Amino acid sequence: MKLKNLLKAALRSLAKNKMRTFLTMLGIIIGVASVIAMLAIGEGSKQSIQAQISTLGTNVLMIFPQASNTGGVRMEAGSSQKMTIDDVTAISDRCPSVAYVTPQVRSSGQLVNGNMNWRTSVYGVYPNYFEIRNLKLMSGNLFTMNDDRSATKVCVIGQTVVTNLFGADTDPVGSFIRINKIPFKIVGITEKKGQNAFGQDQDDMVIAPFSTVQKRIMAVTYIQSMLASAKSEPLIPVASQEITDVLKAKHNLGPSEDADFTIRTQTDIAAAATATSGILTILLATIASISLLVGGIGIMNIMLVSVTERTREIGIRMSVGARGRDVLLQFLIEALLISLLGGFIGVTLGVLVSQLIANILSWPVTITIQSILMSFLFSSAIGIFFGWYPARKAAGLNPIDALRYE
Amino acid sequence: MHPRCSGVAPAAGEDANMNKAIISVKALVKIYKMGDVEVHALRGVNAEILNDDFVAIMGKSGSGKSTFMNIIGCLDVPTRGQYQLDGVDVSSLSKDQLANLRNRKIGFVFQSFNLLSRTSALENVELPLMYNKKITSREMRERSLDALEAVGLADRAHHFPNQLSGGEQQRVAIARSLVNDPVVILADEPTGNLDTRTSIDVMGIFQKLNEKGITIVIVTHESDIAAYTKRNITFRDGKIIRAVEVEKPRNAAYELANMPVMAEEEEEV
Ligand SMILES: Nc1ncnc2c1ncn2[C@@H]1O[C@H](COP(=O)(O)OP(=O)(O)O)[C@@H](O)[C@H]1O
Ligand SMILES: [Mg+2]
Repeated sequence: MKLKNLLKAALRSLAKNKMRTFLTMLGIIIGVASVIAMLAIGEGSKQSIQAQISTLGTNVLMIFPQASNTGGVRMEAGSSQKMTIDDVTAISDRCPSVAYVTPQVRSSGQLVNGNMNWRTSVYGVYPNYFEIRNLKLMSGNLFTMNDDRSATKVCVIGQTVVTNLFGADTDPVGSFIRINKIPFKIVGITEKKGQNAFGQDQDDMVIAPFSTVQKRIMAVTYIQSMLASAKSEPLIPVASQEITDVLKAKHNLGPSEDADFTIRTQTDIAAAATATSGILTILLATIASISLLVGGIGIMNIMLVSVTERTREIGIRMSVGARGRDVLLQFLIEALLISLLGGFIGVTLGVLVSQLIANILSWPVTITIQSILMSFLFSSAIGIFFGWYPARKAAGLNPIDALRYE
Repeated sequence: MHPRCSGVAPAAGEDANMNKAIISVKALVKIYKMGDVEVHALRGVNAEILNDDFVAIMGKSGSGKSTFMNIIGCLDVPTRGQYQLDGVDVSSLSKDQLANLRNRKIGFVFQSFNLLSRTSALENVELPLMYNKKITSREMRERSLDALEAVGLADRAHHFPNQLSGGEQQRVAIARSLVNDPVVILADEPTGNLDTRTSIDVMGIFQKLNEKGITIVIVTHESDIAAYTKRNITFRDGKIIRAVEVEKPRNAAYELANMPVMAEEEEEV
């Protein structure tokens, strides 16, 4: 039988039982729509996490002292005091893939301006920290390495600090504030960055020269961590290896000995976050797929009923020359039409639902072409898979038995 | 124009060329197995049906008429025996080949019409041609309209079966059986569900088709109906017990023309 006639016959028999066809289709519609919506939610959250991770900076590597087991007490990561300014110099001298490296200390500070006060983190870093983290100033200037060498009491502050100490829409560059009672001159204000991937306000901080914070505020000799950036993204693992080698040599550790520091790269963090959201996506999609599967079973069920109901029709068709495969194709096309049409409506519904979720719940959703294509393929595969058995059953009938069927 | 529907009919007669056997069965046996019970529906049937023949198969209910028809119609296969249709040995064919044979060489008419419901008369007639890939949609339409014309239903082409009377439905079925230009039309009790007048009507159509050269085999248990054919074969207990030429076949067209409508109605009461 020609395709055109097959389609016509299939459409006609589906139209004969509109309600039944629709209800059967509904299983597929709901299945496909939920797959689309779930994938959109999963993909949306993945993309927003990735976007936030990129705010960490470019090709960033974080180097922390490793918790050591000395004295049988496992200490918290970063609490070791083994990392020194010499390590920073060694990395910047002997690691060709590293573009920038800065030591980092962090202290909490009580900030006072007149009768206003604010509690926040004070970071001590080299000026190249701004390169690594892609930070920009919206007003004033950056402190310099000279400021670091002489531990000058200057600082750059974020928008949140400005608002809390000076009020919104002010430019306090040149003003003085007290940090833990020590007067600091404000030399610059960072551009607004908003929240990071972990919900922290990135504008709520003070950045000052490393030595200033280390010596004047904290009065310590160690550094808490280092922040470096690789020259390019593909060089991140190379840079990580170079840093490992240099630091191990510096700390007199053999190549096979455990390092007394940890390096975490931006790629690692992104991968971890992506993996988490990937698992979420798979979970959501699996649950949705199960409903699609149930829809498929609905198709099979109704096709079996249909084959039984139409045994006589099959007999008539066979008596005028329909072969087994003609009958098979006819029923298969019916199943396929239900699932494809259901898939089409389901995709439309899924897109609408995703938009609704985005608008009402303001969740990030991203509908990908792949998820649409996949849903289509999946639903037609379900049509063929679940239509096959009933169609096979119809095709295997004997013409005379089918004609005699009451 | 479809040759079988054309007005040019070969004379039905003793022409040697025309008398080749369309259907030839030898020692045909059909046994139905129902659990432990075996029903011998056919117990060695030998028969030949020649080109241009018009045969009525008679016999009591259960004598094996339908079984015989289903086998020669390639709807069922014999348990044993030989069957040649139009020179082809059918016994050795596969299911698909049998389907093709039904599609190209056989037209079947059933007692219960067996039309597809909610499908127009025209589309019902087109059905056999749909399973023949060589035929274009246009040709399909033309041939089907011709076939409907041949049974006098050209004006009912777009009616659905439930909008047609029993006689009209059977005529649609006959049109469907002849649309594929078969070598033989097989009709199992085609008048079984029809009243007398409509039965004569249907027999008239068969006679007309036979005059045009189509070989026809019908099953009937009414001798009145058999009288419109040329040859009667009688079955009993799965065997042929008698085969006779009809001396002077009745002429349905003539009878219908001279049948007062009122008389017919009185007869029915
Ligand atoms: N499908 C079948 N299964 C079992 N027995 C059957 C079947 N079809 C017909 N028969 C039996 O075969 C015999 C012949 O039946 P059938 O050919 O239908 O006779 P007829 O058409 O002359 O009335 C009957 O005894 C009938 O009961
Ligand atoms: Mg019978």
